[in-house]
Parts: sequence; C-alpha cells; structure tokens
Amino acid sequence: MQMSTPAAATVPISAVRIKPKASRDDWHMRAFMLVIGLYLLVALAFPLYAMLSKSFQNHDGDFIGLANYLEYFGTPALTYSINNSIFVAVITTGITVTLAFVLAYALTRSCMPLKGFFKSVAMVPILVPSLLPGIALVYLFGRQGMIPELLFGHDIYGPIGIVIAEVFFTLPHAMIIIITALSIADSRLYESAIALRASKPRIFFTVTLPGARYGLISAAFVVFTLTITDFGAPKVIGGDFNVLATDIYKQVIGQQNFEMGAVVSVVLLIPAAVAFFVDRVVQKKQVALLSARAVPLQPNPNRRFDSIMLGYACLVSLFILGMLAVCQYAALVKFYPYDLSLGLKNYQFDLMDGGGWESYFNSIRMATYTALFGTIVVFVGAYMVEKGRGFRLGRGFFQLLAMMPMAVPGLVLGLAYIFFFNAPNNPLNFIYGTMAILVISTITHFYTVSHLTAVTALKQMDAEFEAVSSSLKQPFYKVFSRVTVPVCLPAIFDIGIYLFVNAMTTVSAVVFLYGPDTTLASVAVLNMDDAGDIAPAAAMGMMIFYTAAGVRILHYIVSAYIERRTQKWRMR
Amino acid sequence: MTNKPNALRRLTISAVSAVVGFALSSSIASAVDLTVYTAVEAEDLKKYAARFNEDHPDINIKWVRDSTGIVTAKLLAEKDNPQADVIWGLAATSLLLMKGEGMLEPYAPAGLDKLNPKFVDKDDPPYWTGMDAWVAAICVNTVEAEKLGLPMPTSWKDLTKPEFKGHVAMPNPNSSGTGFLDVSSWLQIFGEQDGWAFMDALHENIDHYTHSGSKPCKQAARGEVAVGVSFAFRGAKSKAEGAPLEIIIPSEGIGWDMEATAIVKGTDNMEAAKKLVDWSISEKANMMYNEGYAVIGIQALAQPVEHFPDNIPQSMIDNDFEWAASNRKAILAEWQKRYDSKSEPKS
Repeated sequence: MQMSTPAAATVPISAVRIKPKASRDDWHMRAFMLVIGLYLLVALAFPLYAMLSKSFQNHDGDFIGLANYLEYFGTPALTYSINNSIFVAVITTGITVTLAFVLAYALTRSCMPLKGFFKSVAMVPILVPSLLPGIALVYLFGRQGMIPELLFGHDIYGPIGIVIAEVFFTLPHAMIIIITALSIADSRLYESAIALRASKPRIFFTVTLPGARYGLISAAFVVFTLTITDFGAPKVIGGDFNVLATDIYKQVIGQQNFEMGAVVSVVLLIPAAVAFFVDRVVQKKQVALLSARAVPLQPNPNRRFDSIMLGYACLVSLFILGMLAVCQYAALVKFYPYDLSLGLKNYQFDLMDGGGWESYFNSIRMATYTALFGTIVVFVGAYMVEKGRGFRLGRGFFQLLAMMPMAVPGLVLGLAYIFFFNAPNNPLNFIYGTMAILVISTITHFYTVSHLTAVTALKQMDAEFEAVSSSLKQPFYKVFSRVTVPVCLPAIFDIGIYLFVNAMTTVSAVVFLYGPDTTLASVAVLNMDDAGDIAPAAAMGMMIFYTAAGVRILHYIVSAYIERRTQKWRMR
Repeated sequence: MTNKPNALRRLTISAVSAVVGFALSSSIASAVDLTVYTAVEAEDLKKYAARFNEDHPDINIKWVRDSTGIVTAKLLAEKDNPQADVIWGLAATSLLLMKGEGMLEPYAPAGLDKLNPKFVDKDDPPYWTGMDAWVAAICVNTVEAEKLGLPMPTSWKDLTKPEFKGHVAMPNPNSSGTGFLDVSSWLQIFGEQDGWAFMDALHENIDHYTHSGSKPCKQAARGEVAVGVSFAFRGAKSKAEGAPLEIIIPSEGIGWDMEATAIVKGTDNMEAAKKLVDWSISEKANMMYNEGYAVIGIQALAQPVEHFPDNIPQSMIDNDFEWAASNRKAILAEWQKRYDSKSEPKS
C-alpha cells in the first residue's frame, strides 16, 4: 500500500520549480486521475456526506442537531438491536474462524486427497445471495422442516438461524485468508521444533498458531464485518430478532422514515469502520513476517491425521452442498410439505412479487455492465495510483477513497444514494431508478477488493516499463494498452468475475435503488420471501447460483486458455 | 433430476417470450404510458392490465406494486413530486388519507350510478371509487391444528386462548394494509379500551408479525404456523392450490377495506387516467374482480367464489373508513409502542 508521505505535501515551492515541466503526457495522465477521482467522490464521498447530514435533520429537512439520535437511544426496541447485532456477529466470528481454520489446516498441512474439490466446494457460498442459507434453514429446521429434531426444541427463527446462515455465508472469506496465512509457514521453524523434541500439540501452539495469528485476526475482523452488515440472513431467518441491518430496512422500506434509517446507518457504520481499520493495521504486519530465506513447508503423509482431516472436509462439504440441495429440492416440490411431487410450478415467477423472470434477466444485464465498466474504472484507477507520475497528494487521497467502500455496509451505501441522487437539486437526479444507479452503486460497493487485486498485479510490474517508454517519448497509454493490460490480464479477469458474481448476489445496496423497470433477481428472492412465497424464492436463489457458477466455470476455462496465450513469458 | 430438460425448455421459452415482450412493448412505445401504483396481489396484475388493454390497447400500464403500507408511504413521501398517474387497487383508508392531503383529483367516472353507494367517496364528484372489498379472515391449517390438538377457532377472542400460544402469525399493521384493517376493526368491534386489551392478549399468543398481509396465510398453508390472521382472498387462493386450509370468519364480525381507484392530482396524462378509472368501475372490470373477490362494487353481478365462506357479506362490520383514516397515524404509533419490540431479549 503506497501512501503519499506527508513530506511530499510540504515540499517548498522553490523545490517544485526545479522539477521538469509537466509534459503533455503528464497532463493527460492527470486528467485521467481527476476523472476517476471525481468518480469516487460522486459515487462514495458525497452520498455518505448526504446521509450523515440527513441524520441531523427532521422530516422537512431542517437541522435539528442530535434530536434523531436522542430519539433513537431513547427507544429500547431500537437500541436492543445493537446488542443483538454484536452478539450474533461475535458468535458467528468464533464459529466461522474455528471451522475455517481447521479446513484451511486440512487443505495446507495434510496430505488428504481431493483438496481441489474441497476447496472449490468451500467457495460455493460466495455464489449465492445470503438469503439462500436462510431459506434452506426454514426447510431444514422450520416447523415443517425435515430435521427440526436436531435443534432440540430450539427455534430456528432468531439468533440460532442467523448464526448458522452467517457461518455458511462467511466461511469462504475466512478460509481464503487463513489459507494464505498458513501457506507462508517456514519449514525451518518446524525442523527446529522437532529437533528440540517438542510435542505435536506444543508445536501447534508455539509455531503454527503464532505463525498464522495475523491471518486469524484478519479473518475474524472480516467475518465480524460481513456478519454485522449482512441483511439477507437475518431478514429471512431472524424472525422477530431485530438486528441493525434489518432495522435500517424496516425504517426505510417499512415506514419510509428515512431520517431514522440514516441514524441506524451511522450506528452500523461505527463497528464496521472500526473492524476495517484494525484489519488494515493487522494486514500490514503480516507482510513483515515473510523472510526471504523461508523454506516453504511441505506436509508429510500421516494416515490417521489425513483421514481425520478428510472426514472433516467431507462434513463441511456436506453442510454446504446440503444447504443448496435442500433449496433446489424445495424449489421443485409442488406444495411443501403436503404435496411432495415434483414440478416447475415454483418457477412461474411472473405470478409472484419481485418482478418475475424479467428481474432475472435484469440481474444478468446489471452484472454484465458492472463487470465491464467496473473492471475498466477499477483497473485504470489502480494504474493511476500505482504507476502515475506526480500528483502525489491526489494519489494518496484516491488510495484512501478506494479503501473506504470496504468499511461501508451495502444498506448504508444504498440509503446514502437515495439521499444524494434523489435530491431534486442534484443534476445527476436523472439516473435515479435506472440501471445506471444500480451499476454505479454495485461497482462502488465492491470497489476495494477489486482495487487491491489490481494494485497487487500492478506492483509485480517493474516501474522501468514506464521509464523506458517515457524516455522513448511514448505516451503512457501505449505502455498501458500494449504492456500493462496484457501482462495483468489474469488479474483483470479476476476483477471482472468478482464484480459479476457479487452483482448477481448482492441485495443490500440495490434493495433501496431498484425501480419498476429494473427489478433484480436477488431482490426478487427477498420480496417473494416477504410475501410468503418461499419456494419460488428458493427457485430464484438457485437460478442465481447456477448463473454465477456457470460464469465462474466459463471464466476458469477462458482464463486457462488466455493464460496459455498471453502468459507464456512467465514460464521458462 | 428428471425435470432438467423441461426446466431448460421453460427457461428458453421465458427467454424468448421476454425478448418478444420487449419487442412488443417497444413497438407500442408511441402509446401513452400510465404509471399506476397498486397493492393488488402480484399474480393478478398481468390479468388486470391485459383485460384493460383489450378495450384500451393504446394505454400502457406501468405497475409499481408493493404492500398497502409501503405504497401508501411511498405516495405520501412523493407528495411534492408525484410519480404516479393513477392509483388502482389501494385501500380506501389510504386513499382517504391522500384525499386529506389534497393529493387526489376528484372525478366522476362514467357509470358511477351503477356502483354500490358504499363504494363511492362521499364528495361529489368523488375522489375515489371502490373496486371490491377485501375482508379479514383467519386461515387455519387443519392438518397442523389436529396435530397440535387445537380447537377450530370461531371468534377473534378464541385466538387469545392459551392453547394458541405461539401458533398465530399476523401482519404488522405498519407495513401491511390487512394488518391495519384488523387493528382498526378490533378497535371498532370491541371499543378502544377493550380493543387494545384484546390485542394485548393476542400479542401473548403471536409467534411473529409479518411484513405483508398475505404471508401469515401462506405460512399457514405450508404449516409453518397453524393459524394465520390474513384475508379471505388469500386463503381461498391457497386452498385452491391444495393447501389444507379452513377459512374462518370470526363471529364478532370482520374488518374489511375496499380496493379503490383514484387519479393523482397533477398527472400529465389526464385523458388516459380518466379512461382507466372509467374502465375500473365497468361491468367487465367488476366481473374480473369477482374472479377473486366475493364482494364487489356492482354486487348484482357477483357470483359465488370458490372456497370463499358464504357468510361474508353479513359478517362485514359497518366500517367507519373516515375514522380509521383520520386516526391511522395515532393507531399505528400506539401499536408500535406496544408490540413492535416482541424481539426484546427474554433474559
């Protein structure tokens, strides 16, 4: 992460004069930076500011100071949600990180077979909206569920259901982070430990865990943030157990009380932002752990250990695939639980709330636009930050803006967009209720991870490319299009697919922004569940899954092909 | 997964029809687009528009549908900059609210004299006209009731008996029009004080409050709850789909509301809007409403509706819509204060 040093800003003016005059190429580059910077200002900073100021206003738009906040904290029914949210997030974090750690351990430190398969299965939850595990739980543990006995008389509607759904939803995120942390272990440490005759548990607690500690902390904060900001699972399975995210929805959609929605948003923003900040600090430390002389650890076969790990991985896969199988079954059953014959009745989306089949095709369009334009904006933006010349202060500021979306919950972003873009005096008012605002909000919502992917890829490229081309008096966009883009093509595809999949599954930001002509499949799942049509909701959720999975597989095939064509230089 | 090829074919058909539909809708782009806000059940919207287009192919309806509470809140929120041209199929109590805010255009549609006077706004020319009555009802899942040993309820008061504890779902009146007509009717049936006392007792038995008015009945149909406080139309639909439901009309009488139609003041499409409102009270429209609703604006045309209990008309209370509309805000605030924190930790 290259931040502009404060020193750059305080260079005396006389020193600046010595620098060569900015060339035409430099001006082009600055214009580009300005445009992308403006994008982030308009798509992120201004709306957030609009939301913040709304929380200090009454219904007529007059400034009333902290009155809304006093009302909020004076209403126990609302403030209970803070405890509920934190409670659910903490429990989920504990469970997910433990499960993900063992799974990551199995994938990196055992010699069990089918590692690729288990890893792919564990990634599956990324391909479905977070509403779907909630629906599966209704069918499994609801009053007419298939196996409610397993809950021993507890009610699935409420914290138990939310936690199970969130564990499903957050597992892949935690697993990826922990795998990375476990993969950088230094074999020499283990050799020394064995030479010192340390017992296996002792090695685990003195070498393995400390080595992965930053990964674990980082995973914990990511899971905490995802859970506390998630809206889909508590909406479907939360029953009357209110959390902050569902409160925002209820205030805004249920009661059209936008000001109170803004107050709850600010309250939700705080834990999300704190978790994000701590995570950033921790992640920086992780890098320092790598030493150049580290010898990568190779796991040794151990029959007993490997079969235990294999059994565990099977269980986790069963949990994940089982949830999906339940949803697919529920979607095909004619009238659960009274008529279990199969049919496609639940696929007649046009007879339900949520916009019908049109919303499915809208979602595909929205995801395609998001992937296309998002990748361009993100990659060009990252290029400017990483390879741009001059404008250090601006680049640092841009980097800061690019990191912010990670800390902003989708519902908060969506609400902020209502305030900002629906203001009658905003010249951009016309995009309200169109496809454009859905695409812009989705790109912005998922900006940070895409940006980091692009920056990482660009960091691998030597700065000499730019230097050489500029000494040959070539404009920067020539290097960009002839060298940078082809070299970074795998990363560019990764960004595209990441944006596409998230655009298909996201509910939070877009639930406030869709219009009558731009209903979306993920929102249709929500609305059909709201109307009590849970089987069609499961059917639509599975359509999203198949689409996302299909595109993912396509991406895998295409990128393998392209890698062979354009990445040959990487091989010796 | 023997259904796979079939699913694929259906998907292809839908894809094709979506494309064709798109082509068609763009070919009649020269026609007038009317933005119509509605709370009519989603499955009926296409039928309503198609029947209307049989007589008026030049008017293209763009539906904005949501629960009654949401559509009402949306219309009120857009008061200064209305997006809707016509409201077709929203609770009369909601329209009375909007009339009070000066948001409606008075208009006497052709054929007004045929309509039951109860279904017409008191002003002349009227600000709104009714389509059909939608009445409260209790949906009881007979299979689950038997399993749980629940007696069949015959009155609202029955639902407060201890054996129903945790087996009843009802809509939240803040978001659902059905929820509001339940609450406002109980206050009229039992009187203000006893009405709230009844709801206090009912609250003890409620398992959860839902966002929409149809959900409690759909949940009862699936057996997710045994008893759903909902409306008769929804119950009849689910019963027709094969759900083991009994639709109960409580003996104290039932709350009801009208689905009604009005023109939004300031619409740019006044001619088309008037055509739609004229059509909405026509005999053809009434017969269409009768396909789902037993009580309609021109009652002489009404045929019995399958699965509907036949004692509905005499059970409908003498609903004071003006009272309900003018006290709506206060009732909802009181309800929220009392019951919206069902979720508080039971430590």
